[in-house]
Amino acid sequence: MAKAKNNSALDSVQILKTYKMYIGGNFPRTESGRYYSPQVNGKSIANICRASPKDMRNAVVAARSAQPPWASRTAYNRSQILYRIAEMLQGRSEQFVAELQIQGLKTQDARIQVQATIDRMIYYSGWCDKFQQLFSSVNPVASSHFNFSVLEPTGVVVLLASQTSPLLGLANAIAPIIASGNTCVAIANEDQPLSAITFCEVLQTSDLPPGVVNVLTGKLDELMTHAAKHLDVNAIAADQIGTPNLEAVRADAAGNLKRIADLQIDWSDDNQAQNPYLIEKFCEVKTTWHPIEQISSSGSGY
Amino acid sequence: MPHPQSFTCSSPPVDQVGVIERAKRFQTRSVKTQSKMQGLRMILSMIDLTTLEGMDTPGKVKQLCFKAQHLHDSTAGLPTVAAICVYPNFVALAKRALGDSKIKVASVATAFPSGNTSLEIKLDDVRMAVDQGADEIDMVISRGKFHAGEFGYVYDEIAEVKNACGPSRLKVILETGELGTFDNVRKASDIAIAAGGDFIKTSTGKIKPAATMPVTLVMLEAIRDHYFKTGEMVGMKPAGGISNAKLALQYLIMVQETLGDSWLDNHWFRFGASSLANDVLMQIVKQNTGAYQSADYFSID
Repeated sequence: MAKAKNNSALDSVQILKTYKMYIGGNFPRTESGRYYSPQVNGKSIANICRASPKDMRNAVVAARSAQPPWASRTAYNRSQILYRIAEMLQGRSEQFVAELQIQGLKTQDARIQVQATIDRMIYYSGWCDKFQQLFSSVNPVASSHFNFSVLEPTGVVVLLASQTSPLLGLANAIAPIIASGNTCVAIANEDQPLSAITFCEVLQTSDLPPGVVNVLTGKLDELMTHAAKHLDVNAIAADQIGTPNLEAVRADAAGNLKRIADLQIDWSDDNQAQNPYLIEKFCEVKTTWHPIEQISSSGSGY
Repeated sequence: MPHPQSFTCSSPPVDQVGVIERAKRFQTRSVKTQSKMQGLRMILSMIDLTTLEGMDTPGKVKQLCFKAQHLHDSTAGLPTVAAICVYPNFVALAKRALGDSKIKVASVATAFPSGNTSLEIKLDDVRMAVDQGADEIDMVISRGKFHAGEFGYVYDEIAEVKNACGPSRLKVILETGELGTFDNVRKASDIAIAAGGDFIKTSTGKIKPAATMPVTLVMLEAIRDHYFKTGEMVGMKPAGGISNAKLALQYLIMVQETLGDSWLDNHWFRFGASSLANDVLMQIVKQNTGAYQSADYFSID
């Protein structure tokens, strides 16, 4: 009996894996039934869903309904969940390294990227219950009022993810968005979407409530218009999508006063990628005037 | 009037697997552009805008009546809803608030939602609503009696209520979520139709599951068989759980393919819903503007 050359049946039969998307805690196929195959060195590496505007709509619906409960969790609990994501990533790091290699990265670069992703999740996990103290203020006013400003999550944020950093760029942008209580619909790297979907498997098993992060795969120029025009999307994080695309997004978003954040960040650089101001970018400032009475003649009102 | 027993005995058995498979087929249709817009407007005109909460206040009912007449004023050419559906004690108020808008007032009655009280009290409940001007009465059948096999009682009760309705149209709520099987749903439908119900309605909205496509299909088939036999049309109202436009369009397809075009009118078909209207409006505005909408820009329901 001839000895089999390959140990795994999957290695011997070359059938491309079909990746699905991540919407509302589930992994559905695109409702459109359209697929594409990204290539590395002229060879197809996987079958990927090409999301339609309706998939975008479904993802926004999921993100919208998940947002208030996510924001009302304690900051400490959000922190724990982000930390859990880091732990799950660590446990599956070899798989991510292998997948990044399939997408054309060198082994050493892949290892660095996976390690950095884990570190950044821990970094933003730490900020969940600390950014509020840093950015909030008690404001001096010229009347008998207690006046304070606090940050609130802006709502549903669409992330047009990095086209150069398939895992780190995505995860590193998602973490500060969800840290404050936003929910996120990410459009993954068009040519290297594999690790984005596998990252979703990590999210699903990390106690992150369904709908907090949703990931679509497909053509950026097709999806970004619908995201920008969507009235139920509160902000867009555009990660180096190029000037013409950014201009188009700004024009489409003007009709509904959407917040546009142009992320010009080198994700491999700790100094740029680790920054609490990335959390603040996706928050709104609420200022409250609270009347106080003069209870002490010595000055203090409260 | 024939004896009710003859109806219950003649109810045909329902092929459960077949009904579920058939209902699934309606969900694979794709309705686009013009047909979609036409369907969406039709859905709006078929809605019984409903508030049936213990916490209903006069203010809430007035607000709902205003919404019924002004679904989304910034979009021109929208129909109004078919009716407002409230508890009997709000009928007079709703009637005043709706004025001459031609929107009907439907009132639940007969000890809604459980239906567990004496016939006299149920009839008083109905008369009170009718006296105050209710155009339509939504009654509940006695499910307990139905399960006890007292089909004659259920039949007689519906007939008495129909009598008390006078000129008002009667919708008979079967509460399919409590009937258990499709065979029971079919039997209850046949009883309600034979006893004189102008409409048969799936649910109170208080029990899950409420309206589903298969259960509605069973009821539509009862209506169809009655029509073939007698030439009389009976209305249908699925209620509860239909909260998005896509699903409502699929219901319209099911009605059209089971009963035909004559039923695609709010005289014969209604949706009992509260949040459906906003979703349909959002779809209509999306079709007009090309941008997906947010609930923030539509009235609260």
